[in-house]
Amino acid sequence: MASTKMKIKKSAEGGHDVMVLAKHPMETGLRKDKKTGEKIPAHFIKTMEFALNGTAVAQADLGTGVSTNPLISIHLANSKSGDTVTVSWVDNMGESDSAEKTVS
Amino acid sequence: MKRRIFLKGSVAASTLAVAAGAGLLSPTRVLAAAWPESAFGPRPEAEALEAFFGSSDVVESDEVSLKAPLQAENGAVVPIKVMTSLANVESIGVIVVKNPAPFTTGLEVMGGGAGAMYSARIKMGQTSPVNCYVKAGGKIYMTSQEIKVTVGGCGG
Repeated sequence: MASTKMKIKKSAEGGHDVMVLAKHPMETGLRKDKKTGEKIPAHFIKTMEFALNGTAVAQADLGTGVSTNPLISIHLANSKSGDTVTVSWVDNMGESDSAEKTVS
Repeated sequence: MKRRIFLKGSVAASTLAVAAGAGLLSPTRVLAAAWPESAFGPRPEAEALEAFFGSSDVVESDEVSLKAPLQAENGAVVPIKVMTSLANVESIGVIVVKNPAPFTTGLEVMGGGAGAMYSARIKMGQTSPVNCYVKAGGKIYMTSQEIKVTVGGCGG
């Protein structure tokens, strides 16, 4: 159901830029359903972990203030061709997804 | 009737598959740091800083830069990019001062090699200063930019 996409681009300063697009509603918990008038419960990604060759390098903490379908990118200074980048996220309802890509 | 039984069976199977997937992912989750719950939510800026960085002593710095539009036509999707030339970045935090929950997002860096750049798309309820904080070598540096939000989308 969920799909997470990752792009890795070579950076001008060396290393690589990792860009992640996660499909997620990112509900704030403040919006109301137009038909029933009931509040839509909060549903958002909490943490997104980046790993280089299996070692965690960074963790993004997200809240309800991040847009629907979050597009997150970070810079990796020590990555080189052939390395594996893994990204995995967990939301407040326990759902999770991950993606893996090899640096070209 | 048979169709109903079949549907029931397939639903049960898919929940099992989800459970198995979650089980496989859990080892990486153990390594991850906990979500900083005390930083998020309707807390004033200083309190969120204290919770996320462990301090609210901040120095303004040219070495932190924020790339964001001066004017955002759609407050639901505002692209921001924090860049820094500082070495040994430990964490990055973004605070939208006038949002109901000011602390919007953060990045925690483990070990070297990451943290020179962090970008995300954020929601903004109204025109507000956006403050970016970078903690490096035990000190917190910040930069700020006001982003105008035009609800009508006429660019006015």
